[in-house]
Amino acid sequence: MRVVIAEDSVLLREGLVQLLNAFEIAVVAAVADADSLLLATAEHQPDLVIVDVRMPPTYTDEGIRAALAVRQRWPRTGIVVLSQYVEERYAVDLLSTWSSGVGYLLKDRVADVADFVAALRRVAVGGTALDPEVVAQLLQRRANPIDRLTGRELDVIQLMAEGRSNTAIATALRISPSAVEKHVNSIFTKLDLPPADTDHRRVLAVLSYLHAH
Amino acid sequence: MVEAIAGRDYRGLVSSVDQTEPPRPGLPPGPVDTPPPAPAIRASLHVLAGLPLSITGWTMVVGVPVAVWYWPVWRLMYGHVGYGPLSDWPITPVLLVLAAGLTLLVLPARIRAATRWQRLRFRYLLAVELPPPPPTRAGRPIDRLVREWTAPGTWRQFLYHAVAPLPAAMAAVAVPVCWLLAPPFAPRAAGALADADAARAGALLGPSLAEEMARQLAELAHSRAEVIAATDAERRRIERDLHDGAQQRLVSLAMKLGLARTTLTDIPEPARRTLDEAHDELKAALAELRGFVRGLHPPILDDRGLDAALSAVTANCPVPVRLRVRVADRCAPAVEAVAYFVVCEALTNVAKHARASRAEVDVERTGDRLRIVVSDDGCGGARLDGHVRLDGDARHDIGDRLDGAGPVGAAGTGLRGLARRASAVDGTLSIVSPTSGPTRITVELPCGW
Repeated sequence: MRVVIAEDSVLLREGLVQLLNAFEIAVVAAVADADSLLLATAEHQPDLVIVDVRMPPTYTDEGIRAALAVRQRWPRTGIVVLSQYVEERYAVDLLSTWSSGVGYLLKDRVADVADFVAALRRVAVGGTALDPEVVAQLLQRRANPIDRLTGRELDVIQLMAEGRSNTAIATALRISPSAVEKHVNSIFTKLDLPPADTDHRRVLAVLSYLHAH
Repeated sequence: MVEAIAGRDYRGLVSSVDQTEPPRPGLPPGPVDTPPPAPAIRASLHVLAGLPLSITGWTMVVGVPVAVWYWPVWRLMYGHVGYGPLSDWPITPVLLVLAAGLTLLVLPARIRAATRWQRLRFRYLLAVELPPPPPTRAGRPIDRLVREWTAPGTWRQFLYHAVAPLPAAMAAVAVPVCWLLAPPFAPRAAGALADADAARAGALLGPSLAEEMARQLAELAHSRAEVIAATDAERRRIERDLHDGAQQRLVSLAMKLGLARTTLTDIPEPARRTLDEAHDELKAALAELRGFVRGLHPPILDDRGLDAALSAVTANCPVPVRLRVRVADRCAPAVEAVAYFVVCEALTNVAKHARASRAEVDVERTGDRLRIVVSDDGCGGARLDGHVRLDGDARHDIGDRLDGAGPVGAAGTGLRGLARRASAVDGTLSIVSPTSGPTRITVELPCGW
């Protein structure tokens, strides 16, 4: 797996490189701003870019805009956005157009290195990695449709939105995979999600909340 | 001495002219016929110059108008005697209209001109700065004229010029007489007379008490706005510094500890436990710091506005919150910040005290008013301090109660802080919270503050 990192804090940038190297992930470029990120991506065609939201020059949402630009030009490149705070609005920007190969995580999550690296690998192969806080915010925002879900279904969709597989959800909730399957189907029904043969129905379940807004 | 002092504190200044300077070392005491100190000369000159100036001023504001009115009024009252009332028609009405027009158009300007000259006399001879009355606001000529005629300052100035020749004449006689007959007392006399003149001019030629209060109020409002803007800027700066500094450093450290925890598998058990604990504590510290830094000033508020910033706040509230934001145009940054923190504080209150099952946040901009309503279905009884229900008009009491000290409940503290934030930008706050609930907090803020 080949990765480009865009992070303006030298300390954290070097730390990330060190971390990924320790897990035998090749960091092909580590840059400090959005423009360099686009150049590096064009040059190296990485599998994944890791990008900080707040970067020069305005320190607001450069990272989000850079991520959208990368996705537009290189749709197969996975994108993980790191942020000091999670903002529902940025998540909507990021997820409303594409629902696969995207991650949005709190910077704090890099402390749990194994989970973090697993999330990176997931996104690189087209999966999703949403911070639990992002998911909580998105679900809260969609308060009305969620009223129709049971407590257990809420647990399931929360884990689903984080990008977990049925098996992982079953393990986390200590229920059988078939029970998870049942809950998932129930969620689809309650959210009026028509059956479709895409690979990302699970993410669409979460995104349907957004589009219903 | 006197020259060195400027500003409004002219009272008593002039009388200080007779204070002799301490004798310089090495010099014999001055001879009896020492020339009087310069300030006494200036005070005398001021008094002497007062006579021609005040006579000129009186002529401009009293003499000329009387002369202009004299002829037509005389004709109106006595013109018909011997000739019949209409014998000289239309001369009397024409003269009357001319006199009225001249007075109406010219008198306020003449009054101000006379005041200007007097002000120059005070400035250059007495080094006393008479504060000018507030300038007439711009507008159509007719509006300016009406404002000039109705301004109380105009008529106080008129009063000064109308009576000025009398004291000026007496002083202009008294001072030379003093210099001739009793030179040692002359500086004291000139000082006292100049002092009296300055007091009279200060009361009648400067701004009135109400005008002065209005000016100070405007100044206060301006400086308060600056203080609030500076506070906001400071919070942004601290947020940015912590974000760029401590937070990055701690995240990096947590990452390294995490890496150590994952890769160092063959270390002794106590070391491993210490490592695990350090890592967990660091993560907790990071989460705490994140909450604190975000509470300082959320960057997304500047970037995307109230709706985006409040989304995260309502989402993180343990009580389910329905958020509705209808703000087409962004408000001033200071107002957005107040609105944001008001909602944070109110929701914290809901979560801590209301025992509510749900809450609603409604933010709406109508014209240049921003209205924020935070309501919940909880137990009610919310109060600012004591069991007081406060409405918008009573908000001035808040400050008094704040200073009243005494133990206050946590609920009161939060809500009072909220009320203070609102009133800092000329907003109002009202709480309706009967003891059985529900609670409804309404805050109205001016958008363009």
